[in-house]
Amino acid sequence: MTIADDTRAREQVYDAEESRRARNRQIEGIARWLVPIAVVLLTLYLWNWLVVAYALPHYILPSPGRVWDQFILDRAILGQSLLVTLRITVMALGVAVAGGVLLAILFNQSRFAELIFYPYAVILQVTPIVSIAPLIFIYITDPTARVLICAWLVAFFPILSNTTLGLKSTDHNLTDLFTIYGANRWQRLIRLQLPSALPYFLGGLRIAGGLALIGAIVAEYVVGTGGAGSGLAFRILEASYRLNIPRMFAALGLIAVVGVTIFAMTALLSHFALRKWHESAIRRDM
Amino acid sequence: MPRRCLAIPMTDLVHRTTLPLGHRPNVLEMAGIAKVFNGNVTALKNMSLRVNEGDFVSLLGPSGCGKSTALRLIAGLMSPTVGRILWQGGQSKGDIGVVFQEPTLMPWTTVEKNVYLPFRLRGQSFAAVKDKIDEALELVGLANFHHAYPRELSGGMKMRVSIARALVTNPRLILMDEPFAALDEITRQKLNNDLLALKAKIGCTVIFVTHSVFESVFLSDRIIVMAARPGRVVEEITVDAPYPRDMAFRTSANYAAHTQVVSQALLHAIGEVA
Repeated sequence: MTIADDTRAREQVYDAEESRRARNRQIEGIARWLVPIAVVLLTLYLWNWLVVAYALPHYILPSPGRVWDQFILDRAILGQSLLVTLRITVMALGVAVAGGVLLAILFNQSRFAELIFYPYAVILQVTPIVSIAPLIFIYITDPTARVLICAWLVAFFPILSNTTLGLKSTDHNLTDLFTIYGANRWQRLIRLQLPSALPYFLGGLRIAGGLALIGAIVAEYVVGTGGAGSGLAFRILEASYRLNIPRMFAALGLIAVVGVTIFAMTALLSHFALRKWHESAIRRDM
Repeated sequence: MPRRCLAIPMTDLVHRTTLPLGHRPNVLEMAGIAKVFNGNVTALKNMSLRVNEGDFVSLLGPSGCGKSTALRLIAGLMSPTVGRILWQGGQSKGDIGVVFQEPTLMPWTTVEKNVYLPFRLRGQSFAAVKDKIDEALELVGLANFHHAYPRELSGGMKMRVSIARALVTNPRLILMDEPFAALDEITRQKLNNDLLALKAKIGCTVIFVTHSVFESVFLSDRIIVMAARPGRVVEEITVDAPYPRDMAFRTSANYAAHTQVVSQALLHAIGEVA
């Protein structure tokens, strides 16, 4: 074999490997979307098959089609409840972000404030919301405020603890550099600590988004009142009392969709905030 | 070649002094400085150093010899247990520029905004100092990287940004704490050359911490050899070679002789402890 042959052979192998890799990347790109969709469709099919094959009555397990029909039928009432639940969740998340970040900054700036308030933050976090909720029910009369407080209590801790950690996680050399250049406390916070804390905060936000929804649902179970202004949790309770299982499933499905949407939105926000500089958001070429 | 270098009498090439020759205007003076941690760990003992305008002084020694401690004391990041550091005409905020072993850039912002940092912390607007930032980036050879993010740059380029940031305020003294230690040998030599070219252009004063004999000889006009446990100065060696220094200096007999003397001083320093 001549050298030229050898080189050509090597080039060919290289090309084959390269094209195989390109093909794998392509397949992976399609599979990323196709596989989850296929799994969902398969689950729906099996569910339907189970109901038909065993002739399950709809008050035990309704078929997916029946749940969908019920959803269309109840769309006005469910849509209204969805708006209520969404509003509580978004408000709770908003207050959790504001409260969590401000408290984290306060803890960071004043050791004394941290010593005073941190135990309360931990106690509120470790005590199950279900056990605090009846007290809130007694002390607060406004139904929206009740649910909002419960949801906030559940959601704010991950924001607080993550942001606190982030504010402490500044590069030591950068901290020294700020000292050498005579930065004041405010400049240090704005220019150094808050940007350093951003990835941690966004991690906390992802958890808090899901927890705000859980908080809103649980709070309504425990302290919510029925009627026109009630959320999805109440619809589930109500449907279960009436043995309207298809409507339960429809409400449940809506809650799941809301949860997934919140997660996707926080993940997207995180991606756009960090894609230029943080390791977590940088896609590496393989 | 190296053997022939040894044949040259060293006293002709290497000028040793116990006290620096003060023919340049003084920038700062430290006399009898000591730093003790936790009341019993002596990081630095009885250190005296005079730095004059235009000096390139290297602090050379093994780890634990107090060279970084000395740098942090000069930077004002901590205060000495004994003694004082006297700045000629007093010290103000913009007197010092620092380059650490890591590039220490803010990853969330661009190259030019990183270089802007010292001005920003002084409350100066970006527009007012744009020319200075451009000039500093031009000096370190990164004129086309204003809007790049640090993660897009190589290790050597990040270090150049760090150097640009240190010199952009035209400080009286630039402190460099093993800035090229983490780089590969080729990048390190290139940056050494460029640093000297830069110094010739802007005439800055540098205190340079390193554990490399070769680097210290190539760059410095004075080398402070230090020893550990306790951290202290054991010898001050003046490098008798004119600037500009280039690749020819690296291969010269003079260079070899100096590295020989400095290495011996270092070995001597370690031997004292053992």
